[in-house]
Amino acid sequence: MFDAIIALVWIVIKIVIILVPLLIAVAYLTYAERKVIGYMQCRVGPNRVGIFGLGQPIADAVKLFLKETIDPTAANKFLFMLAPVLSLMPALAAWAVIPFNNSWVLANVNAGVLYLLAMTSIGVYGILIAGWASNSKYAFLGALRSAAQVVSYEIAMGFALVGVLMAAGSANLQTIIHSQQGGIWHWFFIPLFPLFLVYWISGVAETNRLPFDMAEGESEIVAGFHVEYSGMGFAVFFLAEYANMILISALVSIFFLGGWLSPFDGIPYLSNLFAWVPGIIWFIAKTFIFLLLFLWLRATFPRYRYDQIMRLGWKVLIPVTIVWIFVVGFAIEFHLSPWFN
Amino acid sequence: MLIEQIVFIAFSLMLIFAAIMVVCSKNAVTSALYLVYAFFNSAVLWMLMQAEFLSLVLIFVYVGAVMTLFLFVVMMLNINIENLRRSRMKYLPIGILMTALIVGIVIYVVMPEHYISLTPVKATEHYSNISSLGMVLYTHYLYPFELAAVLLLAAIIGAISLTHVGNPKRKVQNINKQIQANKQSRLRIIKMPSEK
Amino acid sequence: MTFQLPNFIPAIPEMFLFVMTMLVLLVELFHSPRFKNLGYYLAQLTLLGALILTIKFYAFQSVVTFHGSYILDHAACLLKIFIFASSFFVLIYTKDYIKENHLPQTEYYVLTLLIVLGMSVLVSAYSMITVYLGLELLSLPLYAMIAFKRDSGLCAEAAMKYFIMGAVASGILLYGISMLYGATQSLVISAVAEKIASASLANNLLITFGLVFVFAGVMFKLGAVPFHMWVPDVYQGSPNAVTLFIASATKLAAFGLTVRLLIDTFHVLHPIWQHVAMVIAILSMGIGNFVAIIQTNFKRMLAYSSIAHMGYLLLGLIAGTEAGYGAAMFYMVIYVIMSLGAFGLLVILSRSGYEVENISDLKGLHTRNPWLAFLMLLVMFSMAGIPPSAGFFAKISVLEALVSAHLVWLAALALIFAIIGVYYYIRVVKTMYFDTAEDESKIVIYGVGKQVAISVNCLSVLALGILPTGLFNLCILAFK
Repeated sequence: MFDAIIALVWIVIKIVIILVPLLIAVAYLTYAERKVIGYMQCRVGPNRVGIFGLGQPIADAVKLFLKETIDPTAANKFLFMLAPVLSLMPALAAWAVIPFNNSWVLANVNAGVLYLLAMTSIGVYGILIAGWASNSKYAFLGALRSAAQVVSYEIAMGFALVGVLMAAGSANLQTIIHSQQGGIWHWFFIPLFPLFLVYWISGVAETNRLPFDMAEGESEIVAGFHVEYSGMGFAVFFLAEYANMILISALVSIFFLGGWLSPFDGIPYLSNLFAWVPGIIWFIAKTFIFLLLFLWLRATFPRYRYDQIMRLGWKVLIPVTIVWIFVVGFAIEFHLSPWFN
Repeated sequence: MLIEQIVFIAFSLMLIFAAIMVVCSKNAVTSALYLVYAFFNSAVLWMLMQAEFLSLVLIFVYVGAVMTLFLFVVMMLNINIENLRRSRMKYLPIGILMTALIVGIVIYVVMPEHYISLTPVKATEHYSNISSLGMVLYTHYLYPFELAAVLLLAAIIGAISLTHVGNPKRKVQNINKQIQANKQSRLRIIKMPSEK
Repeated sequence: MTFQLPNFIPAIPEMFLFVMTMLVLLVELFHSPRFKNLGYYLAQLTLLGALILTIKFYAFQSVVTFHGSYILDHAACLLKIFIFASSFFVLIYTKDYIKENHLPQTEYYVLTLLIVLGMSVLVSAYSMITVYLGLELLSLPLYAMIAFKRDSGLCAEAAMKYFIMGAVASGILLYGISMLYGATQSLVISAVAEKIASASLANNLLITFGLVFVFAGVMFKLGAVPFHMWVPDVYQGSPNAVTLFIASATKLAAFGLTVRLLIDTFHVLHPIWQHVAMVIAILSMGIGNFVAIIQTNFKRMLAYSSIAHMGYLLLGLIAGTEAGYGAAMFYMVIYVIMSLGAFGLLVILSRSGYEVENISDLKGLHTRNPWLAFLMLLVMFSMAGIPPSAGFFAKISVLEALVSAHLVWLAALALIFAIIGVYYYIRVVKTMYFDTAEDESKIVIYGVGKQVAISVNCLSVLALGILPTGLFNLCILAFK
């Protein structure tokens, strides 16, 4: 009994160690987004609070904390309060199986990929419930759009992961990373390139980010599912969106770019030169690339129309994944070097 | 062992509660949400039995996809709750009678002694649910597995043929035309004599 | 883990059927509009091919493959042959009908082929899972096909009723199967039957309970009283083309289900379910025959007549001997041929936008088209069981099995119901021959194929009545 309690406390400490940096990263991701897009559009971005505006996220957070929380009339109050929590919870829970280093992982489970799929798929409930509980037409429209979109893109996402599962022969995230060992050309993004693209695009769609932000669609349905939220509720939705962005970036880097593996493995001179760098640095660096890509997409592309999103998901991404799964199957059968020896 | 039992009892109770609420809640959307809750609880029970694949697939497929679409539909229905409740009260006595009868018979019949009992064995540490399931699914149960796929295909064809009958008034975009559009087809520059 | 590749040869007809179905689906997507009826011809080719393959690989000894989930035996082969043949006829009759009524053609053919696949899976299923999957594969597309006429309220009602009742029945069946699995820990029918037969489980309450549920599910699919509520509404509400299909080929599949579950699995418990079956048979014959008398809608009348026929069919099962089972199968085959003829004539008589469905629509058919009237007369006489038609022989064989099982009183009762039933069949004949039509114009049927098919169909009722021995012996052989 005592052992169990010790183990429990130890797990809680680990969770805190993962979540606190994550939440700080989320806060500064909002700052980074405004800065990066600012520079892309020849503006400066936030620069008033603290040096270079670094205090901006904190100021925003304080502002949202102090704002009044408004319940819309005739809204289902319980569900209205529950929705933001439901959208944040899976985004944070998914981090339980993410490996940061050779041995740094909270739960090294066999069905890690499935767990991730399950967690990312229930994120839509926050949006759906928010839209319905708000008792507002805009919010409801946003929720419906989002539900249809997420369900459609989940299929492509799942199929892309099937390719990864086949290539690695395991659903354990550490095993997936280990099977990409041996330098940059062993990473899965080369043999699974179409799946890599599909997974990334579906990931962007799954987080409801531009160019797939149908659920918010400021110019069409005001702010979509969270139009009725203010103060803390709004802040939590915001948090969930950015936490999801980080999660998807981390997942892409794990599945296709070797996670915490060094890109210089197997290169005679460089591999020794960079041997001292801990894996987590590589992991964070890879994650950052994709985070930047998120921001870049937002700065560049206009929003898709609803039917175009559906068309892309069903008629382009899903067929591509199905075809490529066959290709991967043949590659494995014929032991295509250097990935499937 | 004790902790497992506590978890089991807690989640079973919640599951039963959720299942009852699915039937009893006044609002269809709340019902559907309780169903989601019930799925979660049963997923936990499965996890306790070390069937992690089934447990996670239950969440992934049922909670993540099926129930989302279900909610999607239920939310758009405009059900008159008042009428529904009145008609429900009318059938309540006979409903209770039938339920009591069936539940009584089932409890009487489904006693443990009628089953051949097996003692569950704990899985070894490196036992993989997914691979062992895949092994039987693609060998021993190949035929039913493929049949299930055909069944789903038939369902898709049936559903599409029922819903997708072209309505002539439908406003559909011709994607091919849209993609092939260039600036000449959208914009015409007309030379006009400047006004004096 | 070692894995032995299963023997694929017995399942070749099913595989052929499935591959061709996919081909139909794809071809219709890409073919040029010049080949208008490509889907139809491909579908017919598929059915013919499957028929030939079934005959070619006819199993004189039963073969079990796919790890016990598939069986090919006499009964399966025979039922499959009739399923493919009757579906072939169904498509011939309905080709023009679906075109005139603007039903979605490709979907109609693809779904029909999928249903045929489901039926042939069902009749050669040897594990509870495949039984269930076959059943669902047969019913699911059917629900969609009934609702094909989307703007018709009756169709929607029929589809909805069938869907809900069917889903409940499937649930009941599945519940029963789960009970059986709990008691015997096996899904393969032979193993389940063995466990049931073994003494330790002989009076297990769980098995009896499972039997009740399985029995209810099977009776629903057969459409016997008290699980018959869906039959009249579905028969009446569906488009004629779909009613034709429901009333013919799917009945064979329902009999396949009966064979697999009641005979193969529960033969040991025959003394238990015999009594239930007796009540159901008497009720079916009674309600079916009496209610049919007051019907003015021809489809609805035939629906009640089908309920009555299912009662007669059950008599063969009640006898519980090999001859009884064989007689029941013979009865089912003959019933399907008759029902194919009756509904086929309805489909052929229906013109675009005008469904022939009331008995009064047949007024004066004799003067308008004497040959079709004669064919209908043959079918009606056969359904009534008037010699020398096949229906007469079928009834006699069932009753004979009953008598040899010392159930003379039941046979006598069935005879009384049969005599009552003659009334409404003869009324149809009277309407055709002695009533004058409001519209005296001749009915001309276009299409040689259709005419030849319906003639062959209806004349075979007569032929099988005169020379029934071959088919009858085959049916008896199936249960040896």
